[in-house]
Amino acid sequence: MGKRKTRGDVKENAGRREFLKGLGLATISLAGVAVEKEVEAAPQGSTDSTAKLPTLPTAAEGESILLRMQRDLQRAMKKPLEERRWVMAIDLRKCIGCSACTIACVSENKLPPGVVYRPVIDEELGEYPHVSRRFIPRPCMQCDNPPCVPVCPVNATYKRPDGIVEINYDQCIGCRYCITACPYQARYFDFGENVTDGTPASPERYETSPSPEYGKKWPREEGESPIGNVRKCQFCLHRLNAGMLPACVTTCVGYATFFGDANDHESLVAELVASPRVVRLKEELGTEPKTYYLM
Amino acid sequence: MKRLLYILWAVAFALGSIGVYQRLMWGHQPTAYGSYITWGLWVAMYIYFIGLSAGAFLLSTLVYVFGVKRLERIGKLALFTALVALVAALLVIWFDLGHMHRFWKVYTSFAWQSLMAWMVWLYTAYFLLLVVELWFALRADLAVWTRRPDLPGRIARLLSLGKTDTSPAALERDAKALKILGGLGVPLATAFHGGVGALFGVIGARPYWYSALYPIMFLLAALASGGALLTFIVAFFWPEKGTREHHDLTVTLGGLTLALLALDLLTEWAEFSIHTYVAIPATAEAYKLVLFGPYWWVFWIVHLGLGALLPAAILILRGRQVAWVGTAAFLIASAFISARLNIVIPALAVPELRGLERAYIDPRLTFTYFPSLMEWMVGIFAIALGVALFYVGSRVLPIFETKEV
Repeated sequence: MGKRKTRGDVKENAGRREFLKGLGLATISLAGVAVEKEVEAAPQGSTDSTAKLPTLPTAAEGESILLRMQRDLQRAMKKPLEERRWVMAIDLRKCIGCSACTIACVSENKLPPGVVYRPVIDEELGEYPHVSRRFIPRPCMQCDNPPCVPVCPVNATYKRPDGIVEINYDQCIGCRYCITACPYQARYFDFGENVTDGTPASPERYETSPSPEYGKKWPREEGESPIGNVRKCQFCLHRLNAGMLPACVTTCVGYATFFGDANDHESLVAELVASPRVVRLKEELGTEPKTYYLM
Repeated sequence: MKRLLYILWAVAFALGSIGVYQRLMWGHQPTAYGSYITWGLWVAMYIYFIGLSAGAFLLSTLVYVFGVKRLERIGKLALFTALVALVAALLVIWFDLGHMHRFWKVYTSFAWQSLMAWMVWLYTAYFLLLVVELWFALRADLAVWTRRPDLPGRIARLLSLGKTDTSPAALERDAKALKILGGLGVPLATAFHGGVGALFGVIGARPYWYSALYPIMFLLAALASGGALLTFIVAFFWPEKGTREHHDLTVTLGGLTLALLALDLLTEWAEFSIHTYVAIPATAEAYKLVLFGPYWWVFWIVHLGLGALLPAAILILRGRQVAWVGTAAFLIASAFISARLNIVIPALAVPELRGLERAYIDPRLTFTYFPSLMEWMVGIFAIALGVALFYVGSRVLPIFETKEV
């Protein structure tokens, strides 16, 4: 899983039309990738480090929106933690329901079967022959008023100063009360299962490779966290700390997922969440999700 | 008959032990719940047992706090039943944890906003209170038993802690201690079992649980089920069966249980009628599952039929015959597990976002649930253990001792 670079030159903060225009170009240049960066090489720890952020090319016209978002990300990482406000925006018109984000997330966070941080809901609307489909990726909403947090009997889950709702894996007792409290069904229990269970090769090496979540290596061993824990999407915190966008953002085929710091008015995502097309799931609950949908 | 019961218990214990072995060896893998229906049989059994405990305890306060003379003889029995049910409840919920060895963190984290944390703290206090109160309730009888040469005598010598004074003044002191402890126990048991109801009631994400009636409903359900359990025990296992006193005691308890059952059904009616009347389908959905879903029979046949209407009819028509009262009480107490299952599971069986059930296919991500064999076996283990504790306790401790000292 890596971050990709493109070459090019133009001013930052390009308008929406410009980057749409740039999409084609960006796609072409993305194909001829540069630099693959291993997650393992990233600075670890939920603590923030701006020291090792990758160097990006100067802003260029027609550059990939990924590059722009990455630049937004770097700006945010240079700010104090509590001044960042990570948000995600998902453009439902662009989502083609390919589930690449789902798979990228599984592979990035080393998720076992039954744990999926970002399923894509596939709805079929209308009746034959007037049928259409709608796809709704469902990461964690990272609510500003997270109902999952106060119910935890051991304070194992909490909202970080930058707004991400985190789980302290070493503290979680696996009671699953938070799972019942989440209105978006965004929390999962790790039963300790592997895809190859019941086969002679079980477990395969790819199944035992440690999860990099929260900037720590979590080897997959019976009885050890994250087995027996509740798990959830954390906007790929370990990648953010390494100056990389969440895995679902970089892999999105249709460039439908946007990510950045909403407190930075120059960031792409700040522009998008101000759009009148924006809706949030179950807004009436007052949970104030930080995952936005563009209709 | 007795032999049959022994064999039944041995089989249950053996099966239960297999279940516990599997749970300890393979963790949560042999379970049938998942990430969507994430609580199952064990949580239902937990609130079932804990309800029996709170109910039995609150009935004991009728004796020790409110001085109801007619029930005096069941004071110790009620306290002991409460203790055994509590142990079974804690055991089964302990197996439900993802990290069993981390349970102590609940005591050190001070998560004061979490109702689950409050519940754990309160039932710890309740456990201690039960032990101390039971000791005071048994003390005078233990003092007498210290003179016995057999095993119970030896146990009595150990447990009496040397306090073998049976003078009227000492008995007076016991009664006073019991009144104080029971008096503390009333708000404690109310808070802790009401709190179990609130644990569900505060979950705004689940319309089925999100109800201010839940704490009240839990208390009434606890009283009804706990009362029924005591009635059943008194009717069939009282040492002096056939006496006038036994008859009166059973009939009184039967009447009390019937009244409590009626109150419980009233709150249930309130919940069902309000939530299924019209309009907001999202709210009614879980109720529809209960009433007409794949497990409709759990509600209609087990809960309403065998657990409520049939025993109510028996208690109304045959309420003065000990065997009938005992049978009705057994039906209420045992079928109550169906009401508990119908509290826990339907709320989780409704997808919170439409289409999620088809978004990612995995056996752990479905909205149907039936407990796995291992789950059943662990549940049976908790029951077998509770029965064994009760049986042994009632043999070696003066639980049923009714002779005046």
